[in-house]
Amino acid sequence: MSLNATAVVTGAARGIGLEIAGKLISDGWTVAALDMLGDDLKKSAEVLGENYRPYTVNITDSKQLAEVAVEVGNDLPTVKGIVNNAGVTRDALMMRMSEDQWNLVIDVNLTGAWKVTQAFMRSLIRAREGSIVSISSVVGLIGAAGQTNYAASKAGLIGMSKSLNRELAGRGIRVNVVAPGFIETEMTQKLSDEVRGDYLSKIPAARLGLPVEIAEAVAFLMSPSAKYITGIVLPVDGGLTT
Amino acid sequence: MSLENRIAEIIVSRLNVKPEEVTDSANLKDDLGADSLDMVDLMMDLEDTFNLKISDEEGNNLQTVGSVVVFLKTKGIEA
Repeated sequence: MSLNATAVVTGAARGIGLEIAGKLISDGWTVAALDMLGDDLKKSAEVLGENYRPYTVNITDSKQLAEVAVEVGNDLPTVKGIVNNAGVTRDALMMRMSEDQWNLVIDVNLTGAWKVTQAFMRSLIRAREGSIVSISSVVGLIGAAGQTNYAASKAGLIGMSKSLNRELAGRGIRVNVVAPGFIETEMTQKLSDEVRGDYLSKIPAARLGLPVEIAEAVAFLMSPSAKYITGIVLPVDGGLTT
Repeated sequence: MSLENRIAEIIVSRLNVKPEEVTDSANLKDDLGADSLDMVDLMMDLEDTFNLKISDEEGNNLQTVGSVVVFLKTKGIEA
C-alpha cells in the first residue's frame, strides 16, 4: 500500500540507513535516499526498486542540499518524513584529537542533521503532519572513551530534537530519537575478539543488535501507530543503558 | 492581479482563513489566528513570491494585512 508520501533518509546507501529505507518502502513510503556514496546508492536502487530514489549529496553542503530539496519537491510525493541517519566517526582520545577530527564529526552528524531537517521541514509544516526521527547512539547517553566528538554530536541530536519537538508538536509533527546500542555493522565486525567480548559482557541481551532491529524501531516511530509519541529518546540496545 | 489580491491569496492559503476575513486592518495574529510558526512560514512565502529578504525586525513589524501591503510597496513591489 502506498502512503503517497516521501521520507527523506540520509546515509541511505548502505548499513543501517539502507535497512531503514527498505523497511519504510515496505511500509508504503517513497524514500528519497540521500548519500555521498553515489555508487552504493546506485546498487541499492537496483535492489530496492523505484520507490528508492537516490540523490548523491554531501549533507554538509547547504547549496547542494537546497538543490536536492527542490528536486525532491518537484519529483516525489509530499515529504512527510525525515530520518537523520548519516554519520561518521573519527575516534581518538581527546588529548590526541585534532580540531579537524572534532569538526568533521560535528559537521556531518549534528550540523548535517540540522541542515537536512531545515531544508525539508516546510513540507511537513505545510502538510500539518509528519515525523522526524534522528539516529543518535547510546554513546550520546553514556559516553565512550575515544569518542568525545561522536558522543557530543549524538547527544546534540537529542537536544536538537527535543527543542524542535516543542516548536512542531502543535502542528501534528512528531520529533523523536532512536539511540542504537552496539549493532552488527561493518564497523563492529572489525572489532577484536577482546573488545567484542567486553561489549557483550555489558549488554543484558548478551548479543549485538541487528540493523533491521533499528529499522523496525524507526519505522514504528514514523508510523501512525506512534502518533501520540513525540519528543522521546528510544534506546534500542538490548538493555545496555537501562 | 493587484498586489493586495496576491497578498490576500497567500494569507488565505497559509492561515486557512476566508477571503472576506482578510481586510486591511485585520491583525495577522489576533484576528487571523497566526502563531509564531505561521508568521515565519508567511514571511518565507512572501520572500519567495516577491523575491526579497525580510529581516526578523521587519517581520515583527508586520502586524496587519495592510502593513504587509505598505511594507512591500516601500520595497518597490507594485504587483
